[in-house]
Amino acid sequence: MGLAFGLTNWLGADQGLGASAQSPGSVNVYSARQEALIRPQLDAFTAATGISVNLITASADALLERMKAEGRNSPADVLLTTDAGRLIRAAEANVLRPVTSEVLVAAISEQYRDPDGYWFGLGIRARVFFYAPDRVDPSELSTYENLASAEWQGRVCIRSSTNVYNQSLLASLIAHDGMAMAEQWAAGMVANMARDPQGGDRDQIKAVAAGQCDVAVANTYYYAGMKAGTAEEQQAAAQVALFWPNQGAGERGTHVNISGAGVGQFAPNPENAVRLLEFLVSPEAQRIYAEVVYEFPVRSGVPASDAVAVFGTFQADTLDLHRLGEFQSEALMMFDRVGWR
Amino acid sequence: MALAEAAFKGQSSGPPENVRRRGGRLSGWTVLALAIAAVVSIPILVVLASVFVPATEVWGHLVQTVLGRYITNTLWILVGVAILTLVMGAGTAWLVGMCAFPGRRAFEWALLLPLAMPAYAIAFTYGGMMDFAGPVQTALRDWFGWGVGDYWFPQVRSLPGVIILLGLVLYPYVYLLARTAFLEQSVCVLEVGRTLGQGPWRTFRRIALPLARPAIAAGMALALMEALSEFGAVQYFAVDTFTTGIFRTWYGLGDLAAAAQLAAILMLFIFVLLALERMSRGRAAYHHTTTKYRPLPRYHLTGWARAGAIAACVIPISLGFLLPAGQLAIWSIETAPEILDARFAREAANTIGISAAAAVLAVGIALVLAYAVRIAPGRLARAGARLAGLGYAIPGPVIAVGVMIPFAWTDNLVDGWMRDTFNISTGLVLSGTVFALLFAYIVRFLAISLNTVESGLGKVTPNMDRAARSLGARPGATLRRVHAPMVRGSLLAAGLLVFVHAMKELPATLILRPFDFNTLAVRAFELASDERLADAAPAALAIVVVGLVPVLVLSRALSNARPGS
Repeated sequence: MGLAFGLTNWLGADQGLGASAQSPGSVNVYSARQEALIRPQLDAFTAATGISVNLITASADALLERMKAEGRNSPADVLLTTDAGRLIRAAEANVLRPVTSEVLVAAISEQYRDPDGYWFGLGIRARVFFYAPDRVDPSELSTYENLASAEWQGRVCIRSSTNVYNQSLLASLIAHDGMAMAEQWAAGMVANMARDPQGGDRDQIKAVAAGQCDVAVANTYYYAGMKAGTAEEQQAAAQVALFWPNQGAGERGTHVNISGAGVGQFAPNPENAVRLLEFLVSPEAQRIYAEVVYEFPVRSGVPASDAVAVFGTFQADTLDLHRLGEFQSEALMMFDRVGWR
Repeated sequence: MALAEAAFKGQSSGPPENVRRRGGRLSGWTVLALAIAAVVSIPILVVLASVFVPATEVWGHLVQTVLGRYITNTLWILVGVAILTLVMGAGTAWLVGMCAFPGRRAFEWALLLPLAMPAYAIAFTYGGMMDFAGPVQTALRDWFGWGVGDYWFPQVRSLPGVIILLGLVLYPYVYLLARTAFLEQSVCVLEVGRTLGQGPWRTFRRIALPLARPAIAAGMALALMEALSEFGAVQYFAVDTFTTGIFRTWYGLGDLAAAAQLAAILMLFIFVLLALERMSRGRAAYHHTTTKYRPLPRYHLTGWARAGAIAACVIPISLGFLLPAGQLAIWSIETAPEILDARFAREAANTIGISAAAAVLAVGIALVLAYAVRIAPGRLARAGARLAGLGYAIPGPVIAVGVMIPFAWTDNLVDGWMRDTFNISTGLVLSGTVFALLFAYIVRFLAISLNTVESGLGKVTPNMDRAARSLGARPGATLRRVHAPMVRGSLLAAGLLVFVHAMKELPATLILRPFDFNTLAVRAFELASDERLADAAPAALAIVVVGLVPVLVLSRALSNARPGS
């Protein structure tokens, strides 16, 4: 029986219990990014600063509920999410505090952080097309809007609308094209689906490789992950090609989102929290970010990892990320109306 | 035989009426039972309280668009899982219990194996294997030179897929309870059937099955409640049910009130289910009127009947356990060297430790509740016990939030008072500790221990109570010295079942755990949800392997369960 084994972390010896949470040597992180993906940077932070990191992971919404319930006694110093919309929601729920840091402002371009300092982007992800080169000529592909047109009927794979990436994508279409056009787009996409939405982003890419559909919509880092994955995944990744949507002259650019973080409103260790954020945008941590999670570094001047660099460069949509947060709920209801599961 | 009492039969016996306290006042036991029930039902009430918030426009939107689909999908799952668990569970229980055919002794315990397989694990293994891009279909296309659309293949990520997979991992509940019930049936009743010229099939249909109905209904109720609250598998297959709808509404639309209203409809399903089960039982008594037992003459199956019996046992075992466990093992061999490290050992220790603690607590509480109902059977105590068992049908994430809100509220209240009075901050004492997590497990799994303990107590004849009481023992002493030793098999079984469930539990663990407290389920889920199935396999396989221990103990208990043999 392993009771003695885990007893110290059972009682949360390093955290919530009164005074120890105040000790200057630690920082408490609530992360929507999984442990396997965030640990390398956190370990590097501890190695560089001596500050130990306490971590829990769960979905961003669940963490947000927990912070709201805990109120002024919340031990959360840092909230990490993988979607700007959720950070905006957290700021609106008053569980984040504004941060002034020249380091953060200097490292992160204006587009990828909150003007009032409630949240900061740490990595950039793009939602792109993956197509089967033997069945699709890249010249047929152009924009997200075009993918909903009749020529793609029964040829597209995309995951469930419960997933926040699709909610943000549709939110961006609402912001750019207006409600009516966006709803028409969603309905067109439903008509073009090769199968009912199922599985995750990797599953969509695999379905293209297997021939079930011709084009899939997925985030770039899943593709990079597959290329470094099992033999079967590598084989599937080799059979598809990446297309950057909305790149033509006068187009707005590919839909991007951030993974990012904010500092807890009642953070017991706010200085350490800011130090952690500053560390996460340092060239060293950004390099780990790019190599472990295959996102594009948010700090300019840090090269994307080799795995990501081969995708080439692209023009990113410059839409204010606040608009994603603003329209996410509307997007979800729109998905319900057009029958996008 | 220590475990001979390991009875999982439904609550079959009536209470010993004449032990009831006289007069109108409540006995201490009833008060205790009500207090426990009140505490355990707090999370459920917290969530339901949101129902009284006026309906929002989101609610109108749900009614217009998705509510119909949630209801039909949920109903289909209930009907499908009910049929599958009944056929597979009661059918195989009769075969291995009453017939003789090659392999019967092995099937007897092997039929329980799928109990160790978490529903989300079976979903992601079959999802990975049977997908269009998966190894099975790819191999078929390579062999036969088929292309897309040239052939038909069952879609595993679909409503029927969910029903079949849930049926495969949930039928052991019915099997477990039905088999015990069949074995306990007195040989006299069955022999009466034989002397009246009934064959094995008619004996099964007209005598054994109706007699075993309470046990089968109890098993099906467990299976259906679990199917209703299932989240991981339905989410992964993108089948919309109430469970996924609650999360979509709550998290996606940010509307807690509308989500709680959905949860309330879900609870309505559960009430109807429980009411039906109780009504069907009516006031019929299922006591055995004779205690004449001797080894049963088995029906010797030959020819096609024999082949059919073997197939009926092999199919659920292979599809529900061998195949998915084999796939997990293959993936594990690939990835284990990277995944197995000191952290993995720590996570395994956490998992076992907290599951064991939850099991002990849940059994203790169940014993108190069941005994209170037995000695003071009134509407109040009974309602209390029912209320306390409701958590089983409520999705884990809903319970998690129901636990989080009152715990944090209490902590903050105490903290505020301490600050005002002594200028000391006590911070969060309960929230974010292992206590919150244990409480959530108890809320969620009390029904399992309660059902098992109740049915165990139900088999103790009321004469025991009367004898003990007339010898001057008070209720507490009677429980300690008479009942507890007699039903210790049931207690062990209840503990083992809670242990297996707590080990597989995911959503509540994710959100309520303390910092840096990982379990195997958390690890498996994180990797699987990142679509790294092969990396998730070692943790999932470890859950299955640890879960096998209690399952095998149960099997041993079962094969010794025949009274008088």
